[in-house]
Amino acid sequence: MLVYLLRRLVVAFCVCLAVSVLSFALIFLAGDPAIAIAGSGGSARDAEAVRIAYGFDRPFAVQYLDWIGHVLTGDLGRSIYFNMPVTEIIGSRLPVTLVLGGLAFLAALAVALPLGILAALKPEGALDRAALLLAVTGQAVPSFWLGLMAIVVFGVWTGWVPISGLASWQGYILPVAVLAFSAMPAMMRITRSGMIEVLGSDYVRTARAKGLPAGQVILSHALRNAVLPLVSLAAVQLGVLLSGSIVIESVFAINGLGRLAWESLLRADLPVVQAIILILSAVYVLLTTAGDLLNAWLDPRIRGAG
Amino acid sequence: MSEPLLDLEDLRISFPAGPERLNAVRGLDLRIGAGETLCLVGESGCGKSLTAMSLMGLLPREAQVGAGRFRLLGRDMARARPRDWAGLRGRGLSMIFQDPMTSLNPVLGVGRQLTEGVIATGGLSRAAAEARAVELLERVGIARAASRLGQYPHQFSGGQRQRLMIAMALMSRPRLLIADEPTTALDVTIQAQILRLLAELQRDLGLGLLLITHDLGVVAAIADRVAVMYAGRIVETGPAADIFNAPAHPYTRGLMAAIPVPGRTPRGALLPAIPGRVPGLTGRLEGCAFRERCSVAVPACAVRAPQPAGAHRTECHLATEAAP
Ligand SMILES: Nc1ncnc2c1ncn2[C@@H]1O[C@H](COP(=O)(O)OP(=O)(O)O)[C@@H](O)[C@H]1O
Ligand SMILES: [Mg+2]
Repeated sequence: MLVYLLRRLVVAFCVCLAVSVLSFALIFLAGDPAIAIAGSGGSARDAEAVRIAYGFDRPFAVQYLDWIGHVLTGDLGRSIYFNMPVTEIIGSRLPVTLVLGGLAFLAALAVALPLGILAALKPEGALDRAALLLAVTGQAVPSFWLGLMAIVVFGVWTGWVPISGLASWQGYILPVAVLAFSAMPAMMRITRSGMIEVLGSDYVRTARAKGLPAGQVILSHALRNAVLPLVSLAAVQLGVLLSGSIVIESVFAINGLGRLAWESLLRADLPVVQAIILILSAVYVLLTTAGDLLNAWLDPRIRGAG
Repeated sequence: MSEPLLDLEDLRISFPAGPERLNAVRGLDLRIGAGETLCLVGESGCGKSLTAMSLMGLLPREAQVGAGRFRLLGRDMARARPRDWAGLRGRGLSMIFQDPMTSLNPVLGVGRQLTEGVIATGGLSRAAAEARAVELLERVGIARAASRLGQYPHQFSGGQRQRLMIAMALMSRPRLLIADEPTTALDVTIQAQILRLLAELQRDLGLGLLLITHDLGVVAAIADRVAVMYAGRIVETGPAADIFNAPAHPYTRGLMAAIPVPGRTPRGALLPAIPGRVPGLTGRLEGCAFRERCSVAVPACAVRAPQPAGAHRTECHLATEAAP
């Protein structure tokens, strides 16, 4: 397990390094950053001044090392638009998105896992069909429409929850529900198909033949195997949810990371865009690594138990 | 004589197949006495595994099963519901499956897999169950047993895994052990070792053993009785020596073409091929299912022959004249 852990961490580190180079290079790929900062109306002299002031005239490697050095000490640069440290801007947006995404993930998992298991126990049964319908709906209905409908029904008509913003905890209910509803189907279906496959396996038959009670067969023999693909999927899903949703944040008027990324792109606020890409990439690497480690803990064949 | 472990009459297993039904087992009688080894032989697809699974209550969901008489370990299982099987599995009834590579849970330790059954059904403490597991692992020939309880199935070879499966089946001290082609998936060199082990354990523990196998040499060596199955029915059954010395059914004689004799038949002698094909099992089968492949068939074979009572029973009109 230790060897596997170390190997996995080295891989994660390398991926982070590559991602940091790429996200740094992104600014240059998008065009001359000096011109972008000086504005399209600016003269060549302005652009030149910006180039020198920001150090864009130095070699790429030097600029990267300079930048990554600052990043590692927690300095993500200054926003061109807000003229404020990027860390402060992101610091005010990230928690909202993390809470929203985290809650939506937990809600989606809490529905997907039991529903997937129950659906697999009687494939084509009434519950399985209902679950399938729910999953198809969740995947087919656009979340902006669902969000707007939810606002109309629960916010405007019944007045149960605030129609926008996160001023109170009730404000979280609708956005979390809508996010969860779109994240749930994939997790439910992978649980269901995994369980169906595993329940038909020889080792589940062996477990039954031993005289184990049905609950033990399902939960400790079947589920343990069936969750392996779910773990990998859930890691990615959580990443998506934690990245913030432009649609949901716009519909519910939430100032999260998704909207910040979108607006910064429009404003060509490159340091902010860069920082968001870097942070989200790191989150993805962290999550997939955590998913792999969890799977290794669940499956001795992966960790090369010996 | 005490009640047999298994007393089965007119077992029928069928599956939905379009407008008709696929009648895979079509009226099968089987008896196994305490401490007796019964070998069930027959070509692939004749319903041996289904028969074995029906004895464990582990038939596929879509299978429909019925029996005229079905007494297993003293219980009436003719109209048993899923809950009734719980009273038998791991409580006197155990089974070893064909493929040891897929029959063990890959993510659970072998110690746990060995002990969980008796902890759940026999109320044994973990320590007592582990002690029994170590004892049995040593008995089935796994060295340094105690240190291997914490290992996982992938750390064992195929032959060792089948030994694990045997030990697991014996954990609950069964009276009847069912083994469905327990060596088919193994290397030829290991097959003989595993079968010898099974035979030894059967004798030492006084187990009732239902052994499904293709290996006539093994049948000759360890069977008390033999049942020959063809297209969902037992066409001949009797004491092993009788069956080998005087096979009465033309199908049995076809199988015995290599003249396997107890003591003389080499191990690994497989069922020889008989020309022709097994009839389709969909719908009703009138008369003897073997008659189209039979070299001595007569018009009377269009009607199924009665099986005379007795230790050696043969379902063939010509059985008496054909027997040497
Ligand atoms: N789940 C199933 N659905 C439909 N038919 C089946 C199923 N399982 C087995 N059968 C049929 O039953 C017959 C007997 O199968 P089986 O008992 O596995 O044979 P054996 O073990 O003797 O090789 C086969 O011909 C097969 O077509
Ligand atoms: Mg079979």
